[in-house]
Amino acid sequence: MSAHHSHSTDHSHEDHHHHEETFISKWVFSHDHKMISKQFLVTGMVMAVIGMMMSVLFRLQLGYPGESFKILNFFLGDKWAPGGVLNPDMYLALVTIHGTIMVFFLLTAGLSGTFANLLIPLQIGARDMASGFLNMLSYWFFFGSSVVMVLSLFVESGPAAAGWTVYPPLSALPQAMQGSGMGMTLWLVSMSLFIVSALLGGLNYIVTVINLRTKGMTMMRLPLTVWALFFTAVLGVLSFPVLFAAALLLIFDRGFGTAFYLSDIFIGGQALPQTGGSPLLFQHLFWFLGHPEVYIIILPALGLTSEIISVNSRKPIFGYRAMVLSIMAIAFLSFIVWGHHMFITGMNPFIGSVFVFTTLLIAIPSAVKAFNYITTLWKGNIRYTPGILFAMGMVSTFITGGVTGIILADSALDINIHDTYFVVAHFHIVMGLSAVLAMFGGVYHWFPKLYGRMMNNKLGYIHFWITFVCAYGVFFPQHFLGLAGVPRRYYTNSEFPMFDSFIELNQWSTIFAVVGAVAQGIFLFNFFYSMYRGQKAPQNPWKANTLEWTTPVEHIHGNWPGKIPVVHRWPYDYSKPGKPDDFVLQTTPLEEGEGDEGKH
Amino acid sequence: MSGEASKTIPTSELWAGGRSPFSVSYGKMYMWFFLISDALTFGGLLTSLGFYKHKYADIWPASEKVFVHFPFCGETHLPLLYVALMTFILIVSSVTMVLAVEAGHRMNRSKVIFWLGLTVVGGFFFLFSQVWEWSHYIHGSELGALQLSDGQIAHWADEGKHAIILANGTALGAQESAPLIANAAEVFGANLHVNEYGTQLYANFFFFVTGFHGFHVFSGVVINLIILIMVIKGVCQKRGHYELVEKTGLYWHFVDLVWVFVFTFYYLL
Repeated sequence: MSAHHSHSTDHSHEDHHHHEETFISKWVFSHDHKMISKQFLVTGMVMAVIGMMMSVLFRLQLGYPGESFKILNFFLGDKWAPGGVLNPDMYLALVTIHGTIMVFFLLTAGLSGTFANLLIPLQIGARDMASGFLNMLSYWFFFGSSVVMVLSLFVESGPAAAGWTVYPPLSALPQAMQGSGMGMTLWLVSMSLFIVSALLGGLNYIVTVINLRTKGMTMMRLPLTVWALFFTAVLGVLSFPVLFAAALLLIFDRGFGTAFYLSDIFIGGQALPQTGGSPLLFQHLFWFLGHPEVYIIILPALGLTSEIISVNSRKPIFGYRAMVLSIMAIAFLSFIVWGHHMFITGMNPFIGSVFVFTTLLIAIPSAVKAFNYITTLWKGNIRYTPGILFAMGMVSTFITGGVTGIILADSALDINIHDTYFVVAHFHIVMGLSAVLAMFGGVYHWFPKLYGRMMNNKLGYIHFWITFVCAYGVFFPQHFLGLAGVPRRYYTNSEFPMFDSFIELNQWSTIFAVVGAVAQGIFLFNFFYSMYRGQKAPQNPWKANTLEWTTPVEHIHGNWPGKIPVVHRWPYDYSKPGKPDDFVLQTTPLEEGEGDEGKH
Repeated sequence: MSGEASKTIPTSELWAGGRSPFSVSYGKMYMWFFLISDALTFGGLLTSLGFYKHKYADIWPASEKVFVHFPFCGETHLPLLYVALMTFILIVSSVTMVLAVEAGHRMNRSKVIFWLGLTVVGGFFFLFSQVWEWSHYIHGSELGALQLSDGQIAHWADEGKHAIILANGTALGAQESAPLIANAAEVFGANLHVNEYGTQLYANFFFFVTGFHGFHVFSGVVINLIILIMVIKGVCQKRGHYELVEKTGLYWHFVDLVWVFVFTFYYLL
């Protein structure tokens, strides 16, 4: 039986010399991980622009409630913004779709899809993913899912409006509100496709990392990006199926009259026949996915940051093993903390205190990572590329948002600020901004690998500083709103006189949001301009150790001409004493008596 | 044999790259991880079932009082016997699958065809049994039940339909029953909306969980059939290995194992 096993590791090697490439097989239904990575990136960017525009539209309403804006009318038309004033139903829909797009389409598929596809095969020394075909399917399911989500914006009753968490009964009863109708149905269709895509991709990443590492690439020689992307995939494979179960039950409640989530509902004075179910079941199932989901977002961000910081500080990453262990610890803990989203659902206080405990435990591995970033930067020979600026920005937001996380993890405090802007500020900073900043950093850093050209540094600096300042400008004031009790998700707070004094903070947020959004134009210009006109990239522009920089600049099938490189050392030998250069490629053999993993 | 290599090669070398540490092809490993994820889908469903069983412990119907029939036997009282038989056949189909895989290791095509064929037969038996069970469940009993004005289901205490037993087991006398009966509607059989056997959720979970599992069995049978045809055509013989059979075998064992859990949590507990 052992005879047939050899085919599995070599099959991708054979891939690249037996078929002619057509336009379709190269650009559309490509099996090549590098092309699929670019497809994920560009699709993710398109979705991000849509999601960001939505946030600008509803921020206008929040900063200037009831005022008329031509831009609202321009984008939403007379139906949803009559006279330029945002319609309340559309406000809820915009918030919902903004959340959905940012969480799933940009920061799950866009982030993991781009960098897992690009970096896993290149950094472990594989010719491609374990299965190029399933990888291609993964992208096209994601594409289909994106198309359905975008189409749902154009149905007559508007897109889904129950919030990105789609709690029943709003999501379970088509007659509950405008967005509960066709919009919600399409949301579920889109997310079903998305789950298929996430599973196909995630399974592939896991198998590739386990099976296809090149000779010498032990697990402890993997770059931290690969560790992070690997555990991200594990989280996805374990948590998305539970969302799938929850969504199936929801579909039955919507379409076939079951009572999994419904009981004692009255609409227009009429009692619905469903009895016995409970919306709390959905919340449990949803957050069993939902909490690992935020780590699905942040782990790749942490992985990219580790690599970018180490390369550009010209220092080995501080505490490699601690970094790996903390990724594992975060991944494990993420499955036993979901109850902290549900402290106000009437949960038994004892159970609540258990969730407080497990949630607070996550602070330990997170802090390990934050300190290790700082200690890696400490006395480093830092090259201030746009990549490392964004990575450092990520470390900053990760700490700022992490600190408020400790407040929210405590049920006694959370009960007071649950569903206020404090929560909005917390998760936008710790998860949203951190992941977006790391993703920007990743794009600047690996752009030469993706497109063979360099991005413009000056534009990168301008983009970074405006983005970074605006990011804090938007969300920092929201802590104060939340502590004062301003609830999230409300169409307007001007109905409550006690919140009148906070209107200026809201305007402040809105102004920063608009400026920050406009500044992303700089990035888009830089991205597309550099793709065609950027300076040609050398093979190893950052003088990095990892294997992706040993491949030719021009993309070829199978990644390496000739043999796959053999690995002899860990990836962080920067500024190693006694070496001629301040970097040593992983393919360089250890000298006699030389220690690996940072030992001299 | 796969797996055997890992006994002789030191771990450090197994994980040193350039080879699969578990000495398995990507396809087989992919299947394993897929099954883990699928297990979590079922885990979510069965946990939900447990959530409601616990919440409504006092009114949740006892399955051994609901599933008492046997095909072609008319009115019988054989609690859970037919489900047990279905379970047994499904487990036996796992055994035949093991034998098919084993015959594949010996490159014995005719034996693979024989055992894989039997596995398909077992799968069909299970599916048809499920069809019978569903139709029986939907059809309901001769006597039917009552849905009281508060939505609860009550059962008749006697064939003459004079007295009722409430969902929590309290038996009422004819006099106490009369006003309740007057305001109640008769229910026959079960669907997603009403359920003569008890709470609506009991039927919801019956249809959903056994349906979702049945869908898995159905796809398993289809995949087994496709592989069987490929084996008959000699595809595996030509490739020099029967890994296809192993992979579909993994899926089939998984589907059987899930049924054991469904049987335990839905019918027995």
